[in-house]
Amino acid sequence: MAKPRLRMEEISKRFADVQALSAVDLDLYDSEILALLGENGSGKSSLMNVLSGLYSPDSGKIFIDEKEVEIQKPADAYALKIAMIHQHFKLVETLTAAENIILSDPENGLLNRREVEKRIADMAKFYGFDIDPKAKVYKMSISERQRLEIIKALYRGAEILVLDEPTAVLTPQESQRLFAILRKMREQGKSIIIITHKLDEVLSLSDRVLILRKGERVGCLETAKTNPRELGEALVGRRLDLEIKRPEIANKSDCLFVNKLTCLDELGREVLKKISFDVQKGEILGIAGIAKSGQKELCEAISGLHPVAGGSILLRQVRDGIEVDENLVGLSPREIIDRGISLAFVPEDRLGMGLAPSLDLIDNVSLKTYENKRGFLVDREEPKKIAAGLVEELDIATPSLETPIKSLSGGNVQKVLVGREIHSAPELLIVAYPVRGLDINSSLTIYKMLNQQKEKQVAIIFIGEDLDVLMSLSDRLMILANGQNMGIVDPRIYSKEAIGLMMTGKTLAEVDQLIADDAPELIEAKASFKHTGENIYAGGQDEQ
Amino acid sequence: MNNNRRLRWQLVKRRPLSQAKVLLLYLLAIFTALLLGALLLLAIGHNPLIVYKQILTGSLATPTAFKETIKITIPLLLCGIAVAISFKLKFWNIGAEGQILFGATAAMIAPIYLPNLPSTLKLILMAVLAIVAGGLYALIPAFFKVRWGTNETLFTLMLNYIALQLLRFLQYQETWQDIGTKFPKIRPLGDSEVLPRLFGVQIGWVIALVLAVFFYIYLKRSKHGFEIAIVGDSINTAKYSGMNVKTIIMRTIFISGAVSGLVGYLNVAGTDYALTESTAGGVGFMAITVAWLAALNPLGMIPVAFGLSILQKGSLSIQSTLGIPASAANLLSGLILFSVLGSEFFRNYQLRLRRNTETGSSGKGDFKAETEHLPYQKEARDGLN
Repeated sequence: MAKPRLRMEEISKRFADVQALSAVDLDLYDSEILALLGENGSGKSSLMNVLSGLYSPDSGKIFIDEKEVEIQKPADAYALKIAMIHQHFKLVETLTAAENIILSDPENGLLNRREVEKRIADMAKFYGFDIDPKAKVYKMSISERQRLEIIKALYRGAEILVLDEPTAVLTPQESQRLFAILRKMREQGKSIIIITHKLDEVLSLSDRVLILRKGERVGCLETAKTNPRELGEALVGRRLDLEIKRPEIANKSDCLFVNKLTCLDELGREVLKKISFDVQKGEILGIAGIAKSGQKELCEAISGLHPVAGGSILLRQVRDGIEVDENLVGLSPREIIDRGISLAFVPEDRLGMGLAPSLDLIDNVSLKTYENKRGFLVDREEPKKIAAGLVEELDIATPSLETPIKSLSGGNVQKVLVGREIHSAPELLIVAYPVRGLDINSSLTIYKMLNQQKEKQVAIIFIGEDLDVLMSLSDRLMILANGQNMGIVDPRIYSKEAIGLMMTGKTLAEVDQLIADDAPELIEAKASFKHTGENIYAGGQDEQ
Repeated sequence: MNNNRRLRWQLVKRRPLSQAKVLLLYLLAIFTALLLGALLLLAIGHNPLIVYKQILTGSLATPTAFKETIKITIPLLLCGIAVAISFKLKFWNIGAEGQILFGATAAMIAPIYLPNLPSTLKLILMAVLAIVAGGLYALIPAFFKVRWGTNETLFTLMLNYIALQLLRFLQYQETWQDIGTKFPKIRPLGDSEVLPRLFGVQIGWVIALVLAVFFYIYLKRSKHGFEIAIVGDSINTAKYSGMNVKTIIMRTIFISGAVSGLVGYLNVAGTDYALTESTAGGVGFMAITVAWLAALNPLGMIPVAFGLSILQKGSLSIQSTLGIPASAANLLSGLILFSVLGSEFFRNYQLRLRRNTETGSSGKGDFKAETEHLPYQKEARDGLN
């Protein structure tokens, strides 16, 4: 084999108690896509941050074209033609695409702006996509911004590109388009490292895959000679039962009816447009959609945290033996609690909304119940018992019950939050992105907890971002796009591609029409279901 | 082989320190500040040991000096508690100065408009007026903040000047002005209008100690304190938990202002026996130092306020006996604040010395030899400030 373009040798990095990287090696060749695979906290991002000059390693060496180099700051990496595309794009939103690129290149004056614009358009065309160099960044979609980041890197002459979980924010179709661009770049001799924890991406895109686990290099496999099982095992270190179960519940009953719900944002724009759906006790209603399609507002409207501009939210309650539908519209969270409505909500922003990060486990457990006991002082005894129970039951790793929540790991924080909400014995449980940032084991625990609640006749609304998980866990799946309900489908019948189309704004009727017009792949029914079972997930999509 | 090894400092996050170590860190910080102060004193030609000794004897050695020191401590402690209540909520109230003045001004209403009230009743009425007025004065920025999202820092700061101007205005009003003088001066309190003493110091010290204990419990164990902690930590979490955030903010800031108002009352009726432009005398700002040095813990503020009072009283003493300007002591308290707050950094981080290996060659055989791991350095841990 040829000589490696990039070689990282025995890179080690330690943060206080955590050995983030221990003597990790990495080779990267010309015209190659290397997948960097690992769970959260396995050291993928740390290794790449060392390469891009954000972290300086405790020990280890980096060679470019067999020559040792020192990368102490991002500018050093740029000078070596290494570019990293972060999950959170580094763009100035009020500037145009071309201006962002000029800005990133100190050599470039504003004088040859037109030339820059032309070069950008040419480069984009060469790699097979469109970009308007004059468009302001804030008007661009997520995928456009990502492509702009790629162009920015190429413009500066990057030969080694690192992409940190590039597909986390993309629809399946957009991901495919990105992959096409990356393959084109490989043809041009570029070396690409893609950080991911999605096995299907690894298999369809990469030439080799480097697997990290707990800061150590597990091994490097040739993609063509491996399979999902092997990768999955290498990833987590043991054979996993990866099947996400979907228990069937016999006697479901009505719980929530949402009718023509409309919500506005602060600027008066409609973020939810006449959404109607219902949820039954004993079912999981999944909600799919690309980021910011109205998921957050939907959850918060039901929980009394977001004002409702129109429509109704009816929750079936039994009062004195009579079934009544209570309208939650206009009720504050306190009024909802005071009316004895048992509604639990696991918000997307755990530490920003669901929990108080500087307070301990006991205080966080008593967030919603501290008012219940009479008197001037807060009762710590009862919540202490509950907290101890949760720690025991959910295997929460914490030094003590008095440890501030923010010093726990993401998975444990989530267990506290979900555990507390479930402990309130809700009739309706809303969970938003519950496995975001969690590793595979924690994710599986959360799925199991949701299924247990479902079996206890709880109505569950599950908002997720990993389509495969949504499809294997949900009984029904509602797709949101631009604040509208595109349709509710049976995930056992419709394929991932069909749902992807709906996520980008096609209605169920349009998709059905496509199927009728000879696109049978959109209903893969059994085949798709089986495929899903085979799939392996390394946790959530978005590492904070 | 040509090895070009450089030593480099590196910042590393450290695991949480134990309580005892944190205390040690603070003591080291104070020691550092005293050391820096000593250099300063040397530079202006004084023996630091003599100066430090004079600060201590001048503030503690005689009963009179000790009582004077306690007199300074009372408002500092109470006002420290007042601002800490705001700060727990992340409401940056720097208007304690104005709240003190406004409370003190309101307290004067009783002796000026109802001079014939029985002594005890008058003193109680004065206290109530001061407390309510201080609270209401703080409530103004709180209301604007929850209603329109105004910036409380600027708002409270500006209200300080308004309270002062109001006082200046009253100094010229016939009803308020001291009889028989053309000077702008408010009528002083009579013998029946001042607070009694206990052990030779105004009764305020008992009130201050009781309130320190009360507010320690209030902030740490009460439902209100719980709500303050949650709102201060994350407003969204508070809303999510069903708390009425606006009410909590307004209630808490009222209490904070009320305690400042009480300080104004104690200064007027316990210490100065008159309302003057210097009734607040910078206490409202000094209190911020007290609150932060004690990490917003009311019990911790007792020694902190006492310590800073020693410096203040001692500074007057070095001025009269050694001829060193009193501002030298202010400089010293500034240094202490700077060092202690600066040492916070070392609670979370440690400096580590790291050897950086760098070679010109890239021969393959060299790798092992050069990537030696340095042992986890310990010496940087507690000592460095």
